Amino acid sequence: MATQLKPVDVLLVGYGWTGGILAKELASTGLKILALERGGPRDTSPDFLEPSKDDEIRFAVRHELMQDVSRETLTFRNDSKQTALPMRQLGSFLPGNGVGGAGVHWNGVTWRFSPWDHEAHTRTVEKYGAKIIPEDMHLQDWGVSYDELEPYYDKFEKTCGVSGKAGNLKGQKIDGGNVFEGARTNEYPNPPLKQTQAGAMFDKAARNLGYHPFPAPASNASQPYVNPDGIAYGQCHYCGFCERFGCEANAKASPHFTVMPIAAKNPNFELRTNAAVQKVLLDSTGKKAIGVVYIDARGREFIQPADLVVLSAFALGNVALLLWSGIGKPYDPVTHTGVVGRSYAYQASSGATAFFDEKTYFNNFMGAGALGTNIDDFNGDSYDFAKYGFIGGGGIGASTSGGRPIQGRPTPPGTPRWGLDWKKATARHYLHTANISNQGSNMAHRANYLDLDPTYRDIYGRPLMRMTFNFLDNEAKLMKSLADVCATIGKEMGAERVDARTNPVPYSIVPYQSTHNTGGAVMGDDPRTSVVNKYCQVWDVPNVFVTGACVFPQNAGKNPTGTVGALAYWIADALKDKYLKSPGALVRA
Amino acid sequence: MGDDKSVDRRGFLKVAGAGAALAPATALAQKIDPPVQTHEAPARAAMDHAMAMPAPAAAKHDSLDGWLFFNPDEVSFVKAALDTLIPADPTGPGAVEAGCATYMDRQLSGAYGRGARLYMQGPFAEGTPQQGYQLPLTPADLIRAGIADVEAYALATRKARLRDLDAATRAAVLTEVDQGKAQLAHVPAGIWFNQFLNLTMEGYFGDPIYGGNKDKAAWKMIGFPGVPAMYADMIDEFRNKPYTGATRGIQDIA
Ligand SMILES: Cc1cc2nc3c(=O)[nH]c(=O)nc-3n(C[C@H](O)[C@H](O)[C@H](O)COP(=O)(O)OP(=O)(O)OC[C@H]3O[C@@H](n4cnc5c(N)ncnc54)[C@H](O)[C@@H]3O)c2cc1C
Repeated sequence: MATQLKPVDVLLVGYGWTGGILAKELASTGLKILALERGGPRDTSPDFLEPSKDDEIRFAVRHELMQDVSRETLTFRNDSKQTALPMRQLGSFLPGNGVGGAGVHWNGVTWRFSPWDHEAHTRTVEKYGAKIIPEDMHLQDWGVSYDELEPYYDKFEKTCGVSGKAGNLKGQKIDGGNVFEGARTNEYPNPPLKQTQAGAMFDKAARNLGYHPFPAPASNASQPYVNPDGIAYGQCHYCGFCERFGCEANAKASPHFTVMPIAAKNPNFELRTNAAVQKVLLDSTGKKAIGVVYIDARGREFIQPADLVVLSAFALGNVALLLWSGIGKPYDPVTHTGVVGRSYAYQASSGATAFFDEKTYFNNFMGAGALGTNIDDFNGDSYDFAKYGFIGGGGIGASTSGGRPIQGRPTPPGTPRWGLDWKKATARHYLHTANISNQGSNMAHRANYLDLDPTYRDIYGRPLMRMTFNFLDNEAKLMKSLADVCATIGKEMGAERVDARTNPVPYSIVPYQSTHNTGGAVMGDDPRTSVVNKYCQVWDVPNVFVTGACVFPQNAGKNPTGTVGALAYWIADALKDKYLKSPGALVRA
Repeated sequence: MGDDKSVDRRGFLKVAGAGAALAPATALAQKIDPPVQTHEAPARAAMDHAMAMPAPAAAKHDSLDGWLFFNPDEVSFVKAALDTLIPADPTGPGAVEAGCATYMDRQLSGAYGRGARLYMQGPFAEGTPQQGYQLPLTPADLIRAGIADVEAYALATRKARLRDLDAATRAAVLTEVDQGKAQLAHVPAGIWFNQFLNLTMEGYFGDPIYGGNKDKAAWKMIGFPGVPAMYADMIDEFRNKPYTGATRGIQDIA
């Protein structure tokens, strides 16, 4: 029998980046706030201290900080003709688990999406006409523009102490920054990180080719920094153990030492860890949430009543919760109706490995998660993508994020995977190879979606979410074209040999690609094609709000968290300034 | 990996499903009856014969290292396979001297080997390569069963156990397994090989605290200085230059 608990005003489901931001921002309301996090507590000290923190096997290979798929996973197939099978071990993406979520073990590349990204449909049609959009593609505007989000991007960058260089300050283009970015009100809070050999060579080659290189925006502090909330950052050590690891120096922004300690000072805030939310409970009308059911570490079930529920359980977790709770109409790819699960997208990435002579030392082990030099000359609408036969683009760059040898030991194509020749090639190329990568956008397509699996269940007995996803024609072309650009830059850098590659087509759940899962609960201005309105409020159940990249109508050629963080601040303001003053739908359907 | 599909998995499921997957490889091989594929019969007969022989002195000596998971026959096999995958030469250490067998033994005897963080609920189906690992086997089950299979394959095709073959023949046997050309009795050749190779590389390049990468020799070979890494003041100094600092592992600092 479930135990009925005392009601709270605001309930946050999941305590990572977005849950942390909401908890901190809503403190000023004086409302009683409760965060439920399925994983355990953790902190920089004692959990991420040297030298144990730099353990590639434990954290990168065995995924200690990530979701345990023996408990909860999803099923996957490439298309709806196949039978989906469980993702039995982690691979393509690594959802977080525990306080701080994936914010603890991300890399820290912190972008703003471009004005084009937020209005991709309108701007594409304006430039090329509606005919350019393939029939099976859902190209949509976000319902919120870049200009509306700009102050919130700014706020998140300051929280994170992003190191970078502006390329468009209030409309003025600045060489050395990203001249293709939307207009910014402020410079980045910290100067760029130090440039590596790979970055310097990429910079020069890109300029030679007429492109516009700039330092990648990094939530790895280039110098000691105190953010506007009074949180102190240490300077980045360039240790090269960022992605999949906690940071010993508090130099990589993470909610666990920034927004969360401030949220915890609020006497009206409570965090319960090891609390796995099963579903959101609705009243008899189905139009109002009345709380959630969760299960604690001992397997006890609780009913937690709440006036307002915010889903902050990562993109995939949020969509699963909507489906389990019966909130919103599930998407049906056959009738092409319904919205929950619709427009699942990912990241269409490709690149080139550039092999150099033995006199060129890249020393990639001296790196930082987000340390890199990039160009946006092939991203969003900074170029004529129609000429290439697809919609979208990607950020291209040379990053130096570490040299952890189990995961990264490049050898030229044709090298055997083992034996003496393999060993010789590994020793020859380890220090002398640069990686140029494209992080491509991923448009939403009719055939790619999330729903519930008819067969498989998690340890709690709930159906697993089923992912039906493939890289379709648009993305396959994009990956190929931009891999060629990467290869051209590699040659211009002076590589002896360049090996272009793309993510696997058909998409495979096996090799790690990115934890940039998007869509499934997209935002927009039409309830027939979106789950939430421009304030990320569920159309059908107005006292439920949804955070995370699941609200992206399609994914941009950039990492998601800059936008995820900005949207969390945007939602906080919508709650404080609008919803809590007069609870109800903030936008008329 | 297409060849893996041709492997008859039902024969294996019968055994694994009966809860015998953790039984020693010899027992596993002997229990199958009738043969699931005709070509297996000689392999199995040969292996049964081999397994009936008294353990050679070499295996006994090996056991002085101390093993948590592998039996002496498996230790001999693993060392022969490791010596083939990464032989010693002037470039750098071999996998055997690097301690990869110890690494594997500890991994397979612990939580990882026993299937921690592996979703093991049925029903099981083969799926497509894109759908990833779908066997009802923990890493320990898979490695153990595959060792017996490859040993049987070597006996059937080369009339000797892997450890008794010369280096070139061992490499030929493992290449056939790697490429899925070897028909193994119970496990899909390519999947087993990938798992074995991954564990080898983890042991070779992982932190020495796990029992492999002895003397950090694999790190020294490629030029990875290890942990903890504080390069804020060195990144400019060593730009485009060989790094001259020490190579350190977790135990050098802790
Ligand atoms: C290895 C890696 C590298 C990355 N690098 C970058 C990068 O460089 N740049 C970038 O922009 N992005 C990066 N990301 C993505 C980034 O981490 C996420 O976008 C970000 O953390 C999302 O914030 P969130 O609040 O939506 O989810 P999270 O921060 O993951 O928080 C979600 C929390 O909800 C909890 N939860 C889930 N379900 C439930 C439930 N039912 N009940 C209770 N709690 C639940 C989870 O345990 C988790 O703690 C990376 C991700 C990974 C894994």
